[in-house]
Amino acid sequence: MSSTKFILGLFDDPDVMMEGISKLQKNSVPIYDVYTPMPIHGIEDKLGVKPSRLGYAAFMFGCLGGTTIFSLVYYFLVHDWPMDIGGKPAFAAPNFIPATFEWTVLFTAFGMTITFFFATHLFPGRAPRVMDFRATDDRFVIAIDAKGNIPHADITNLLMEAGAVEVKHNDRKYVSYE
Amino acid sequence: MASHNESIIREPLITGSDITYAKITTDVLRPVENAPTKAWWIGFSMAAVGACLWVFAVSWTFWFGVGSWGLNKTVGWAWDITGFVWWVGIGHAGTLISAILLLFRQKWRNSINRSAEAMTIFAVICAATYIVAHMGRPWMFVYSLPLPNQYGSLWVNFNSPLIWDVFAISTYFSVSLVFWYTGLLPDLATIRDRATGIRRRIYSVCSFGWTGSVKTWQRFETVSLILAGISTPLVLSVHTIVSMDFATSLEPGWHTTIFPPYFVAGAIFSGFAMVQTLLLVTRKVLGLENYITMFHIESMNKIILLTGSIVGVAYMTEFFIAYYSGGEYEQYTFLNRFIGPYWWAGCMMYGCNVLMTQLMWFKKVRTNIAISWVLSIVVNIGMWFERFVIIVTSLHRDYIPSSWAMFYPTWVDLSVFIGSIGVFFTCFLLFIRVFPSIAMAEVKLLVKSSSEQGKKKLLAEGHLDPSHAEFYKESLTKFDSVDLSEYEKV
Repeated sequence: MSSTKFILGLFDDPDVMMEGISKLQKNSVPIYDVYTPMPIHGIEDKLGVKPSRLGYAAFMFGCLGGTTIFSLVYYFLVHDWPMDIGGKPAFAAPNFIPATFEWTVLFTAFGMTITFFFATHLFPGRAPRVMDFRATDDRFVIAIDAKGNIPHADITNLLMEAGAVEVKHNDRKYVSYE
Repeated sequence: MASHNESIIREPLITGSDITYAKITTDVLRPVENAPTKAWWIGFSMAAVGACLWVFAVSWTFWFGVGSWGLNKTVGWAWDITGFVWWVGIGHAGTLISAILLLFRQKWRNSINRSAEAMTIFAVICAATYIVAHMGRPWMFVYSLPLPNQYGSLWVNFNSPLIWDVFAISTYFSVSLVFWYTGLLPDLATIRDRATGIRRRIYSVCSFGWTGSVKTWQRFETVSLILAGISTPLVLSVHTIVSMDFATSLEPGWHTTIFPPYFVAGAIFSGFAMVQTLLLVTRKVLGLENYITMFHIESMNKIILLTGSIVGVAYMTEFFIAYYSGGEYEQYTFLNRFIGPYWWAGCMMYGCNVLMTQLMWFKKVRTNIAISWVLSIVVNIGMWFERFVIIVTSLHRDYIPSSWAMFYPTWVDLSVFIGSIGVFFTCFLLFIRVFPSIAMAEVKLLVKSSSEQGKKKLLAEGHLDPSHAEFYKESLTKFDSVDLSEYEKV
């Protein structure tokens, strides 16, 4: 029984890696995840990753921010302490626009980014779950769960045929824990 | 896809041969992973002395009060607001480069956005210090926020542009910070994975556990795009609101409807000039000539020329409207800029901002590094004088001649200003030591499609329209980082 937990195909070129993904998929080898040093477009479609819904979250946060500050300003200047400035109406709506706009942007930015961090499990001090240290530098890494995907030699051959510069059989899922 | 070849007639964004992904990482991280050079220490010491001067001058202000500045009853707003508007203006380029150029898909932004955004943040910090310093009693800052209090509650006046400014500047600063730091995460992870020991631990905390998996990148790109989308109107709103601090008053010289677009154009103008000043030095000192190329420098100069010309048109419009309004106070204010005691400040403003930048119509000027650098500093000086002229020259001769006065800065005014430049450079120099000064992940995207070596391969393969190939080779002659001899044979 081999102790391999993950098989990693390391590529030095994003296009060759894309072909590697196709090749694995043609041979019905499920791909665990792909780690790249830069965003590779088209990879989500290939792996069937659904489009991000962060845009909806951003929109909702924006609505919340705008509504919050507009209501607050209305309460301050119209309801709680209306001021007589040259007989002009207390509900001077155009003057409320700048603050409303700023908080719409503020809530959108913070709300969306925090949602992104939350959904992706990113926060200061989180232990990095790195499978290969060069995946943030110059290697495009396809990770395959070794469990159930046998024989391992076949997967290695597939990756090598597709143009991988190196194939690793890792005994640990993540190499980054000290 | 990364393999998509860009048209040959586009100039390369990365020059040099044998550029690999690993080489980009190594080149960009050289100042981060190695001990600082002598040049860095000299620069840092000078900047730190400036920052200490700032601390001293601001402490002096807090101890003895704003009376230690050169303000008087007529000119009640001078170098503090001049410095504030100057710094906020400079702080506009970073978000403009990262947001607007992203929306327009201008790929040349990839290698300059990181340092420009950092510059934005430090410039806004400098601007904010002026606000706090001019309060004299900085703890009174809390009264600019709409918080419940024992007076009723007496709320802040949301009809006032000064309160809009509190919201605009604080939103701009925090959103720029989020945009910048989110963009930094993948690059911090790169440093983390190359480092060892304590450095790995520190960068591990800073990089939030970034892995670069498919879903992470996908969400990252969504976040970047939406942040760019909301930052674009935000950056325009900030200087619009700063201009309303003046435009909503009844002061001749301030009370003009052209102020918002005029201030925004001026802000972009001065911001790009400051980015140019810093990048030309950074590129040389850090040896980043292959990533910040002559194409970047020329593009920046073109934007400086465009925005400088917009500012020029705004100046002319102001004069015309002052004449056309028939208002004698308005007319006097504008005439006073040339024939009054501050005529020299007016000359600096119009000369530096409009006349000097017109030199950039010449390609020889735009592609000359030394001249570009000098011109970028000229623009910064000109833009400082623009704010000085608008503020002090408009104020110093008000409606009643008996209250006419001049403004003379004290050593405290001077020290706060010079000190704020020190604070700015201290932050910037620390930034290039600890963070990657170029967005590595984004530059790596350009290697296959837009690099010189990729295009050289296309040339060598043939299959190109010969006139296009010739056009491309011609465009390379201006680059200082391209070895032209290699192109004679292909």
